Amino acid sequence: MSRVGHNIHVSVDRLRQLAHRDGRPRRIKADAGTCPKCDSHYSADEMRRNLRVCPACGHHFAVTARERMEQLGEPGGYVELWPELRASDPLQFTDLKPYTERIVDAEKSTGMGEAIVCAQLEVRHQPAVAAVMDFTFMGGSMGAVVGEKLARACDYAASEGLPLIVVTASGGARMQEGTLALMQMAKTVIALDALADARVPVVVVLAHPTTGGVWASFASLGDVTYAEPGALIAFSGPRVIEETTREVLPDDFGRAEAQLRNGQVDAVVDRRELAERIGRVLHILSRPPGDDASTAAPALQWAQGGAQKVGEAVQALPSLPRKMMDRIRPGSTDGEDAGDTPA
Amino acid sequence: MTDRKQGGRFVRKVADKVRRGPEPQDEDLWERVQLARHAERPYTLDYINRLCSDFEELHGDRYYADDAAMVAGFGRYHDHPVAFIGQQKGRDTNERTYRNFGMAGPEGYRKAMRVMEVANRLGMPVVTLIDTPGAFPGASAEERGQGGAISRSIQMMWRLDVPTVAVVIGEGSSGGALGLGVADRVLMLENSTYSVISPEGASAILWRDASKAKLAAQAFKPTAANCYRWGVVDAVVPEPEGGAHTDHEQAAEILDQYLSRALAELGAMSPADRRRARRERFRKLGPLRDPEGGMGMATGRETPPPG
Repeated sequence: MSRVGHNIHVSVDRLRQLAHRDGRPRRIKADAGTCPKCDSHYSADEMRRNLRVCPACGHHFAVTARERMEQLGEPGGYVELWPELRASDPLQFTDLKPYTERIVDAEKSTGMGEAIVCAQLEVRHQPAVAAVMDFTFMGGSMGAVVGEKLARACDYAASEGLPLIVVTASGGARMQEGTLALMQMAKTVIALDALADARVPVVVVLAHPTTGGVWASFASLGDVTYAEPGALIAFSGPRVIEETTREVLPDDFGRAEAQLRNGQVDAVVDRRELAERIGRVLHILSRPPGDDASTAAPALQWAQGGAQKVGEAVQALPSLPRKMMDRIRPGSTDGEDAGDTPA
Repeated sequence: MTDRKQGGRFVRKVADKVRRGPEPQDEDLWERVQLARHAERPYTLDYINRLCSDFEELHGDRYYADDAAMVAGFGRYHDHPVAFIGQQKGRDTNERTYRNFGMAGPEGYRKAMRVMEVANRLGMPVVTLIDTPGAFPGASAEERGQGGAISRSIQMMWRLDVPTVAVVIGEGSSGGALGLGVADRVLMLENSTYSVISPEGASAILWRDASKAKLAAQAFKPTAANCYRWGVVDAVVPEPEGGAHTDHEQAAEILDQYLSRALAELGAMSPADRRRARRERFRKLGPLRDPEGGMGMATGRETPPPG
């Protein structure tokens, strides 16, 4: 029997297995290829149209920050803010290669200046400021530029009275910037309070993965927190935990669905419904026209309106005896005195 | 206690030594890391018991459990009520296990926040002592919201109206350290370290080899003098000759002088001024590069720490 004849008996599944047997890591690009979960095939265009979610099994692929902006925003696009900021190298840091080289490589391979893109846009007709992290740029790590851009986004959103949408995808603080990267956690948490002062909401979307110093700072402080299906959300990743404590972790450890059960997120939202969901919650939280941050909060206004109506109703009761009127009219002490005096 | 004058001379002497000392070299950096975790180094309670004439420790976060890795309570300090909070390590195997190696879980940070809230309400300053290899990495801690506990502790410290001082007394690593580190004044002991991650953690992640901790320490340069240069800490607190582990009494006396001075300075400011300065302090950390115009927001100081 010839070799060709022999191979005819091998199934397609077996061939697919053999193709990955050469020892190289299995690299699947989101642009064209196979879903790692269900092995179904797709074209690049199909993938883009489906917001980089596998049409067959719903596996969520990574999305770059700019593509995410296009997914969230209206067709009119978005206005990017502070794209010029670049990282410096305060430690002259070198691990396996110098940090400056890593930045240049990341800029070339991603076409972005840093691991976060900030922009003003409209999500389903709701104007907002968005800060979107990009895992392809050095693991989405937070250095001085990410911290500064996020802080500026908070200030800008507060000054414009717009809600802030933060989409995270990050391994945590950028180690190559050392202690100064750690300080970005404090900087971003403090900056978020500008939004509280301006009384505008923060919607956080946790994409895969959100770990370390990003999860332990602004990512866990959203007013409304959504997570994408299957996203890893944890302070310490599974590898670190297994090495430190020798625990055997369940397969879904730290995944969005588990964190929903743990009470750490409000909902797990499919990417294909995300823009709709954010638009809806922003609409619910938006103030009626004419009401801005300088006036009283809606609940207070409502209560004041109610109190005014009661007051008017009391004024409109002239037919009651004077003694009773004095008792129920607010601010009148005569009535009380009269009531206390024994007849 | 030795008298104040003698202590002052000593502080100046050591401060001079720090000022004139050469930039720590690579071998020296690893020694610093070892010194910061020296088994005989004074820990949080060693300082609290020497600084306070009386200290009432509180237990439990009122949600789930008590975390022995975090110590929190009220102390009488220079005849004033002051809240003291800090991670606590253990000296022998039993105590180390009990204190979980100074790695606090969410309950620890929630206990800290509970004490900060009382301190803020009663108008007493908050002093935190930082000594941790990091927050506890465990599945149970994650389930109970380790990330959110740390971020809320950071937020709470930033929102406090009362004066706050953080002191890095040994090892300050990762978000677990920063959870107690957002203060008006951040002090750092001469031989302590303050870094984004422990050298071991970094070597496993960046070098993919757990044995490269020494290289990682050399790359991070997490010494007190460097943290001062970067603007991360406001003052370097000298240690007794040979390190704090040689003389706990004297180490506490020197810290006492720095701490009381910082609290006196902060007490003279209004709460609004303190919060404004606190915001500015953390906002300006992190140098940027503007490709069009050289260095954008350069921070940090050129000269090593003064006394």
